[in-house]
Amino acid sequence: MTETSTTRSLVEIRSLVKAFGVLPVLRQLDLTIEKGEFVALLGPNGSGKSTLIRLLSGLSKPTAGTIHIGGWELPQEAAAVRAQIGLVSHRPLLYENLSARENLVFFSRLYNLPKDAANARIDDLLVRVGLGRRTGDMVRTFSRGMQQRLSIARALLHSPAVLLFDEPYTGLDQDAAAILDDLLTDTHAAGQTIIMVTHQLNQAAKLASRVVILSRGKIGYDAPTNGLDTLQLASIYTQTTSMATAKQ
Amino acid sequence: MKTPFFKAVLSIVRKDLRTELRSRELISSMGLFALLSILVFSFALELDRIARQEAISGVLWVTVVFASFLGLNRSLAMERDQGNLDAMLIAPIARTTIFFGKLVGNFLFTITVGLLLLPIMTVLYNVSLVQPLVLAVLFMGTFGFTTVGTLLATMTVQTRARENLLPIVMMPLALPLLLAAVKASTNLLTDSATEDWVAWVQILAMVDVVYLVMCYLLFEYVIEE
Repeated sequence: MTETSTTRSLVEIRSLVKAFGVLPVLRQLDLTIEKGEFVALLGPNGSGKSTLIRLLSGLSKPTAGTIHIGGWELPQEAAAVRAQIGLVSHRPLLYENLSARENLVFFSRLYNLPKDAANARIDDLLVRVGLGRRTGDMVRTFSRGMQQRLSIARALLHSPAVLLFDEPYTGLDQDAAAILDDLLTDTHAAGQTIIMVTHQLNQAAKLASRVVILSRGKIGYDAPTNGLDTLQLASIYTQTTSMATAKQ
Repeated sequence: MKTPFFKAVLSIVRKDLRTELRSRELISSMGLFALLSILVFSFALELDRIARQEAISGVLWVTVVFASFLGLNRSLAMERDQGNLDAMLIAPIARTTIFFGKLVGNFLFTITVGLLLLPIMTVLYNVSLVQPLVLAVLFMGTFGFTTVGTLLATMTVQTRARENLLPIVMMPLALPLLLAAVKASTNLLTDSATEDWVAWVQILAMVDVVYLVMCYLLFEYVIEE
């Protein structure tokens, strides 16, 4: 850990560049996120949102620039960073032929959680995500919404400092989306820092404490949501993304 | 901060065994393919006893190798298609634990098929294959093949033509290993002099060690973006 870690924000991104070959996806991105914030990352397809999530989770390496999470630097201190993040993707990242409990037990072992503490945590999380009665059922028998809830339990298992969501509403019906809304609200209320990539402007306006709009690999808008409704956010989104397109 | 190496490897192996015991996807496809292959060979090779003894190790290794391609592809594709490789990659474990975890699982599935083949082939070809030294060569050959196969399947699983690509990239690399395994087992089954098979077993052991070290060193680069 660097010496300045105690004074750092929870997530610090400085001059971040990510390019695939000669094609830059993120261009000199600067972003700071404090503990307890719920940041909604918006932007059109190809703006670099998912790339940013992959960089923050250590699945991808930056071309240039620095990323610090909890004072640890990526990719040099990747193992320490990985212990502090939880990822919920649009894919559930679960084993279909294992039960809900077996999936969580497997991941608790990978996170080196003590057995007794892990069992208690798994029981608690399964109840919290509304799967307390389906703990022994195979994941392949779960609906998409149930798989996504189990995926959140998996991501919360090791009590990460930062929870990353990459388009978690993909494929969810209205009821499942409403359950996910409640889960996200509760998780944020418990003090969890959340970064969520989404195309759902209503969810971003309703749940997030801050909105960041990415456009062509740069931050086009970054402000708290204070009282912002979906229509106002949609207007800001259109202005931000069309301005970036016009500049091209 | 990292999860201990053996704990992570063991967790991955247990997970692979448990999912396979439930679905029987790998063992059933590998076993069925292997059984069909040796039956076809047994119909085709109605040879005299000596010719059979010389051909049987080739039949054994061709069957094990192609059954193993099926298993290797499927084992890594299951991780990739459901995104579980990403879930393991964001856990605080050394990348190489994923390699060793998958390697042990792949080896156990392939050797199970190999061990099932030996008594069946003994009956079909009327040549005793259940011998301690043949078993040792089978273990060593299968281990080396699944070692290099696990590394290469991790690479090819990220491509669209993964089923076709794995044998193409793997055969040239696995050739020294297969040559040593086939020669060692042929010499053992034809009751050749000790010096005829010992050298091939030594080569096989050496290739196993070299491949294991190389794959261990290269896996982190293969698994990265």
